Amino acid sequence: MSPAAGPSPAGLAAELGHRARRRWGERAIAGLLFLCGAISILTTAGIVIVLFTESAGFFRKVPIGEFLTGTRWSPLFADQHFGILPLLNGTFLIAVGAMAIALPVGLTSAIYLSEYATPKLRGAVKPILEVLAGIPTVVYGYFALTFITPVIRTVFPSTGIFNAASGAIVVGIMIIPMVASLSEDALNAVPQSLREAAYGLGATKFEVSTRVVVPAALSGIVASFILAISRAVGETMAVTLAAGATPKMTLNFLESVQTMTAYIVQISLGETPHGTLEYQTIFAVGLVLFFITLGMNILSQRITRRFREVYE
Amino acid sequence: MSGERFAPSMRRRKRTGAIFQALCLASITFSIVVLVILLADVVADGAKWLSVDFLTRYPSRIPARAGIRSAILGSLWMMGLTAAFSFPIGVGAAIYLEEYAPRTWLTRILQTNIANLAGVPSIVYGILGLAIFVRFLGFGRSVLAGALTLGLLILPVIIIASQEAIKAVPTSLREAAYGVGATKWQTIRHHVLPVALPGILTGTILSLSRAIGETAPLIMIGALTFIAFPPTSPLDPFTVLPIQIFNWTAKPQADFHDLAAAAILVLLVVLLAMNALAIFLRNRFQTRI
Repeated sequence: MSPAAGPSPAGLAAELGHRARRRWGERAIAGLLFLCGAISILTTAGIVIVLFTESAGFFRKVPIGEFLTGTRWSPLFADQHFGILPLLNGTFLIAVGAMAIALPVGLTSAIYLSEYATPKLRGAVKPILEVLAGIPTVVYGYFALTFITPVIRTVFPSTGIFNAASGAIVVGIMIIPMVASLSEDALNAVPQSLREAAYGLGATKFEVSTRVVVPAALSGIVASFILAISRAVGETMAVTLAAGATPKMTLNFLESVQTMTAYIVQISLGETPHGTLEYQTIFAVGLVLFFITLGMNILSQRITRRFREVYE
Repeated sequence: MSGERFAPSMRRRKRTGAIFQALCLASITFSIVVLVILLADVVADGAKWLSVDFLTRYPSRIPARAGIRSAILGSLWMMGLTAAFSFPIGVGAAIYLEEYAPRTWLTRILQTNIANLAGVPSIVYGILGLAIFVRFLGFGRSVLAGALTLGLLILPVIIIASQEAIKAVPTSLREAAYGVGATKWQTIRHHVLPVALPGILTGTILSLSRAIGETAPLIMIGALTFIAFPPTSPLDPFTVLPIQIFNWTAKPQADFHDLAAAAILVLLVVLLAMNALAIFLRNRFQTRI
């Protein structure tokens, strides 16, 4: 940038001085904006430091081996046991049940929206999915407790008020929009030429969709599945309200279970004093929860990046 | 296609296709039906409890006298403070990443980190808020501690949405500004930001609507469920609508469930209004560039 022909030397000097000040201001602004970005790094660092330092106290008293392999979880009883497996069992029971609903429904919804629906229908359905995705989780918890649970208890009268099935179903419903919308993005990214080539060979619409488009979009679809599982693992309010507070090793969906998230809520609602071993358990459980979800999110990103088919 | 997949009967192939299409349509219908049932369930339980008194009364142990005044005011406080904290920082971070950040490993880490933060379960933010804001910084179980926690929670969403909006501003606009001698910040302040603003606001409103529905992190930092007065300063204890809903839903009595349904109706109306505002902003100011 060359300056325009300057007027007088004095004017030029003033102008240059003004510019030097302006550059100072520019630097300050750039620094300030960098600090805004750095807050996100501080957040991650904060989460990791808090989880590690607070659970360090816990692991001084409870060996890590016992924590990770124990099959009894009873920190609040006189007979204390600190095996996290029952909480993991509850979490994965909910996640598996939720995925059994969200995967097929979400994926077929995505296929319909991307391959079959007219633009008009798609324009009408997508906002409905957005509304479903925007409903607070505590509302889903209410829905599970006052609608889904009574329905389950009519079909299986021996079921208790709190049961894994109700939590799993409601979490499944909750993550359908996520699976549908991310999978639809992946399906939409498949170039039209691939579909036309398959039609040219005489394939029907069903064959084009399931044997050409879905395989071509598979990495994006799998990535959306993994993100959805991670979301189901971290889901808190709906499972706290619907699935109960009974940590146990079971594969029976009609029993009450407790997830990692529901346990953390239970402790923070209670009167457990700060600094006790019972209180420190929430940080140890939080640590496990954080690493499971982080691992899944990273895996999902890797899959999108590594296995994406690039079409030109 | 390989030989073994060769299916000679055209009629059968078409029938399979029709069945598949019907199944896919059924999936879509399922979501719509669930939404309708959910809304009908809430309206059926809650509508009869909804009244002006319900909005203006404080919580009570007697269902017929209970209201959500403190929860509504708490939610408003929470939303205002959360926005005041997360909007400038989120937009600032987005400007840095889009306009200033050099293409280095540090920037890449920053970007990956933001994507990962967006996937951290909200209850983990609650644990962070409890340790840092409530205990370490000594804010106690206050509106401020809650707002900072929720602010961190929605920060990644605001950053990502703002980045998209800034990215969509054409480079020619920046070059024109530089061409007449504007500095970098002048260019951003007067030319990039005004064009990106509708997109940024839409993203911010949507993320705030997520924040006012959040329950778990606020339970973690100890939002009280039985508050008979609204906060008067950022350091006061508080309750919010979702916490009140959780509290009533967790009670065994059916009357409290109906109160929860009425409060859910209020919350859903607020959320719908915010979403409508976001869509309005998106359509109204989608500038013709």
